[in-house]
Amino acid sequence: MNQYNLPSKDEFEQMIYERHTPKVHDKVKKGNVAVAGLGGLGSHIAIALARMGVGFLHLVDFDVVEPSNLNRQEYRISHLGMAKTEALKEQLLEINPYIEIRTDNLKVTEDNAVELFQKDEIVCEAFDGPEQKAMLINTLLSEKKDVKIVSGTGMAGYGKSNEIITKKINEQLYICGDFVNGAKPGWGLMAPRVMICAGHEANKVIELLVKETV
Amino acid sequence: MVQINGEMKNAAGCFLKQYLLEEGYRMDTIAVELNKEILPKKDYANTLLKDNDVIEIINFVRGG
Repeated sequence: MNQYNLPSKDEFEQMIYERHTPKVHDKVKKGNVAVAGLGGLGSHIAIALARMGVGFLHLVDFDVVEPSNLNRQEYRISHLGMAKTEALKEQLLEINPYIEIRTDNLKVTEDNAVELFQKDEIVCEAFDGPEQKAMLINTLLSEKKDVKIVSGTGMAGYGKSNEIITKKINEQLYICGDFVNGAKPGWGLMAPRVMICAGHEANKVIELLVKETV
Repeated sequence: MVQINGEMKNAAGCFLKQYLLEEGYRMDTIAVELNKEILPKKDYANTLLKDNDVIEIINFVRGG
């Protein structure tokens, strides 16, 4: 293979095997993970999971890319006005063209959540609003006993990197963040701290995929 | 005594919804785990807290 051309699927997989070991990659490539909300948290989670070679990613958001997103979300000027689902899918396939991506360009509600995430073994909650976060967790965990959720709360501002933690609530629910710092006027969401929280979520997903026999 | 977010509280005999309201929680931004299971929202009003219950209240904040 020419080292500067797109490797074949087998060559690509071989490279990931060498970096991540077969033990990790054989499990991760079978992973089916949803990312609910593709803002600062979700866009960075999805990028990390694509780089890890998670085999099936399900991207869900109803929004389009706006200039005000560029301070912290994984989008560029060329994506302005595009659906976030499409703008992110385009980037993920440039990172790893051999993963499968499903997109749903819609708003998640109490009424559609269970059916929407039916096939996903892990759902990353990455919404902005606290009502949406609570709704997704209450709805899925009340009705779907075989899903795991990795959620995020408390990541606004800067500094205090080590206050962002991953907390296991129970076998189905893990929450990442500092649990306190909500976004408000004068204390907004900023790329580094949002990326730390996204890293926590993505890292927990990988841990769950590698540990679990699915 | 009921264990709520790691602290022992004198809340046995109280309905969960009443406790949450008294503590100032917003019903639409929380999830409540009762003895390791997420409790459906519709059950808050009729769930009576008992001695030795373990409760975790997760209060979500904005940002994502």
